[in-house]
Amino acid sequence: MKFDTIIIGGGLAGLSAGLRLREKGQEVAIISSGENALHFSSGSFGVLNEGAAVPEGHPYTKLNLSKYLGEVIPFFGKHGVELHGDPMKNGWRLTPTGSLKEARFFMEETDILDKDEKIGEKALIVNFLGFMDFNTSFIADGLEKMGTAVRLEALRLSSMDRLRENPSEMRSVNIARVMDSSWSEIVAEIKKLLKDEDVIILPQVFGLKDTAVIKSIRDSFDVKVMFVGTMPPSVPGIRTQMQLKKAFESAGGTILMGDSVVSAKIDGGKVVSLKTKNLGDHDLFADTFILATGGYFSKGIAATPEKVFEPLFGLDVLFSEGRSSWYDPDFYSPQAFMDFGVATDGSFKALKDGEPICNLYAIGSVLGGSGALKLGCGAGVAILSALAVADSI
Amino acid sequence: MQEYTLSAHNFEECMKCTVCTAYCPVVPVNPHYPGPKQAGPDGERLRLKDPYFFDEALKYCLNCKRCEVVCPSGVNVADIIQSARIKYSKSKPKLRDRILASTDFMGSLARPFAPIVNGMTGLGVTKSVLDATMAIDKHRTFPKYAGKGFEGWFKRSAAAKQTSFEKKVAYFHGCYVNYNYPQLGKDFVTVMNAIGYGVELLDKEKCCAVAMISNGMYDGARKHAAHNEKVLGKAAGKGLKILTTSSTCTFTMRDEYHELLDIDNSSYRDNLLLATKFIYELVESGKVKLVFKKDYKARMAYHTPCHMEKLGWGIFSIGLLKMIPGAEFTLLPSNCCGIAGTYGFKKENYEASQAIGKPLFDEIAKVHPDFVACDCETCKWQIEMSTGAPVKNPISILAEALDLEATAAANK
Repeated sequence: MKFDTIIIGGGLAGLSAGLRLREKGQEVAIISSGENALHFSSGSFGVLNEGAAVPEGHPYTKLNLSKYLGEVIPFFGKHGVELHGDPMKNGWRLTPTGSLKEARFFMEETDILDKDEKIGEKALIVNFLGFMDFNTSFIADGLEKMGTAVRLEALRLSSMDRLRENPSEMRSVNIARVMDSSWSEIVAEIKKLLKDEDVIILPQVFGLKDTAVIKSIRDSFDVKVMFVGTMPPSVPGIRTQMQLKKAFESAGGTILMGDSVVSAKIDGGKVVSLKTKNLGDHDLFADTFILATGGYFSKGIAATPEKVFEPLFGLDVLFSEGRSSWYDPDFYSPQAFMDFGVATDGSFKALKDGEPICNLYAIGSVLGGSGALKLGCGAGVAILSALAVADSI
Repeated sequence: MQEYTLSAHNFEECMKCTVCTAYCPVVPVNPHYPGPKQAGPDGERLRLKDPYFFDEALKYCLNCKRCEVVCPSGVNVADIIQSARIKYSKSKPKLRDRILASTDFMGSLARPFAPIVNGMTGLGVTKSVLDATMAIDKHRTFPKYAGKGFEGWFKRSAAAKQTSFEKKVAYFHGCYVNYNYPQLGKDFVTVMNAIGYGVELLDKEKCCAVAMISNGMYDGARKHAAHNEKVLGKAAGKGLKILTTSSTCTFTMRDEYHELLDIDNSSYRDNLLLATKFIYELVESGKVKLVFKKDYKARMAYHTPCHMEKLGWGIFSIGLLKMIPGAEFTLLPSNCCGIAGTYGFKKENYEASQAIGKPLFDEIAKVHPDFVACDCETCKWQIEMSTGAPVKNPISILAEALDLEATAAANK
């Protein structure tokens, strides 16, 4: 089967590139071996931590950063995902540990706060009885440190009784499915509980299908309602992923879900075709290929005791010699191994034996030198490198 | 990466991300099902310590494989669950389960009396009796039995003509084509002949046994699988491709035989494929030309069956249908229809079965196509019963849309 472009990897980077290429009328296939990191999303996209400098060789140095930052909100909006935030300036969100953390773009349920903003005088934190993936006392500890008084409540809703029969499946997504139709029950119950609190905090378990429920809940109260992340799976992340996938497929894009590339044919400095686990002998051809396979977690890069490597094409990987240089014994220090990844030229073409492969680009977390955790730029690198590469094809 | 992983079905690769749970069609509708993560890799840890921890609620797993398709770590979650049922389950299949699962045996019994059987199973009173005595849900529409089977038709009316073709394929028709809907088999022969291929039947195929696996009849399933391995291997040994028109039969014989039943199927595995994949590849490589009727027009919506999703071959059926100039094509969002073979026929599962399929039914109502295109016969029963939209196999759609004479002339 032949496409204009084949993208290996169906996460945030792969889907963004796929949508952008479909906008240009390209025939695009995405090969995705399982679902992706959006399922663990915090409800926001980080671009770069405040005060952090972009190091030399970082993916941002290979693209027009301010131009593409300005395009993020309109691009996602066009494909059905509403993001908010100032593209040029970080905002802060309330985390599940009750602290504030910075990011640039925020999904609909995530409130944008100022740095060190006190969210209110008195907060009512409401959980569902039996839901263990939302630790209210962590949030309470954090808020109390910032001077907000907290009251914790756990609600027992009749619409949840059926779900409660199975404690192991009392999970964010399953609650969200029930809440998509029964949200008014929780509103009524909270109204009974609410005293003089000026802010209500709920877990991010609303709006799996679309964000209408979130708005309806906010509109039901005179006081501020904030939604705070849960343990995975992430409801805002899954909603975003499903919407991007749907937008890509309804625009005529092809997704090979649950399939993985097993080998690639490279000839004369060009990728010619791919073979996959499911398709066996059937070759997939394309003019251009994009590697969006992610980092260690999704096996976009892998390590042996001696080396870090890229398993599909055997691309050049930026990593330091000697295993002891990969990590710092202090767990909380920046870890060198987290920066390792595929080497590319100035236009994101992947390098093999020091030479760029002329029709293979690398985007997202597979890229070396991005320091996603240290700089808070994981989602930013995924989205911006995807848009920049798609525009250059 | 799996070279370092020794655990069966990759269960040690699970890193507890719960993505499988988010996509399991059963979890939202049946609180008694522990969910794929708990039933699969989490439970497996306990079961390896002590079989006491086996939970009969694993029977609620549809074996739709959607957990495997979405798993980011390559864990074969449903295989773990089904293997645990095979290894530990103490519950014996009920008479009802045996009847539902014995599709070829029941077919050969019922077919001679097809008009009577069809009349009986269509009656409200029969349905009520089956519901009360056998726990086969009364809401179900039974698949009709065909008075004359496909094999008989083939021998009488088609076999002779096949010898005139130089190029040949073998056909695994399955129970559905033979006993319930021979027209699909006839359409298959028509299309293959038009593109210049003669069709051979296998040397006495047996039911692929998917229903036996899901109903806990493992000895029977192994017998069927061992028999089919022989006859499929024999055809493959002659260099024949073995084509099918059912995604589930294909998936079962291609993957479940060795993953669940420990039957080595390497003798034929690479030769077994869906007819749509085979035809698509011939057209793509320019070896076959399809000429379509000028006046054919249809609004069709493709539903990807769960096992097709797992096979990853939906692109071929979709690709073929998109070649039809008069086709207005919509791809339905991937969603289990809820029937899962015999699962939805059981009284205790009826409600869950319909709830699982509801998002799909709603989507079909929204698109309102002339018909739904789908490679699975049980999805067909479910969608037709639940939405009223007719469901056609892509091969039957091709048979309707092709200008057969012009196609035959183009492939001489």
